[in-house]
Amino acid sequence: MAGLAQRTSTVIKAKLSKLIGRAEDPAEQLDYSYEQQLRLLQNVKRGIADVVTSKKRLQLQTSKLEQELVKLEDQARQALAAGREDLARQALERKSAAQQQLRSLDTQIEQLEAQQEKLIASERQLNAKIEAFRSEKEVIKAQYSAAEAQVRIGEAATGIGEQMADTGLAIQRARDKTEEMQARAGAVDELIAAGTLDDFTSGQTQLDRELAQLSSSSDVEADLARLKGELGTSEQQKQIEK
Amino acid sequence: MIVRLLTEGQYEVSEELQQRLNELDDRAMAALDGGDEPELDRQLEEMWRLVQAEGQRLPDHDLRPSEVVIPPADMTLEETRVLFSEDGLIPDLPARAS
Repeated sequence: MAGLAQRTSTVIKAKLSKLIGRAEDPAEQLDYSYEQQLRLLQNVKRGIADVVTSKKRLQLQTSKLEQELVKLEDQARQALAAGREDLARQALERKSAAQQQLRSLDTQIEQLEAQQEKLIASERQLNAKIEAFRSEKEVIKAQYSAAEAQVRIGEAATGIGEQMADTGLAIQRARDKTEEMQARAGAVDELIAAGTLDDFTSGQTQLDRELAQLSSSSDVEADLARLKGELGTSEQQKQIEK
Repeated sequence: MIVRLLTEGQYEVSEELQQRLNELDDRAMAALDGGDEPELDRQLEEMWRLVQAEGQRLPDHDLRPSEVVIPPADMTLEETRVLFSEDGLIPDLPARAS
């Protein structure tokens, strides 16, 4: 093959040989390579943790937005009942914006989920190869002369090195995705803070205030009506008593 | 021949399958050189599909290296270029950090 797959393979091997060929002594080389593998495994675990954290943040935003939807729907209903169609429209417009955000969050969460699964699979593969390498390394150390060991180390190291390259790429891709998501989640927070999307969560918006005024004025009216009613009845009663 | 689907795992493929992969691979390379991302994705997807469908999955603990490595189909052209760049691949290999 002279195509892309061959070239990818060549590139990876060239980079690995630089990486692997550091130590002179075969035993030292084996141990060094093994240390690298373990460190990479730690990196995968961190990568998985990062993805999970990022996903949780998006899920939190999702549940905030869901609460908002319910609240905005209520507000719209109240406004309509009070004959304020303009306010109801405003609430529904905000609801629609929140719904849009929600849909995009759902897609993002799915993407992170996929990255998480990839990384977990990669971790499993790396783990299995590290185990195999560890026993191979002991065999090589115990049974072979320095010259023979060099050859065998080369093979084992290429095999595991390839897996390391593979896992390294999986981590990198997950990290890119996570950073992208964090930037977007941050943008949603900023929008909320700047009021562009309206701070739905921190209570008093203009809409809230107007609705509050509306309900307080209707409370006043209701109280007034009640008092009027009471006054009326007591006057009537007095009349009857006379 | 052993083939690695990058970020997925290793497969053993037959001579016959190797021939078919070869053709797709040449087209993928041409697409990369021509900067035709949709075409590159199509060829890579087809290669992945073939290997997964007809190749024999190697166990995770197999330490043998692959003869060829097929990049993921959802890889962007930019990522592919980085892959081939001087030190773009595997930016995370812990050796760098030490």
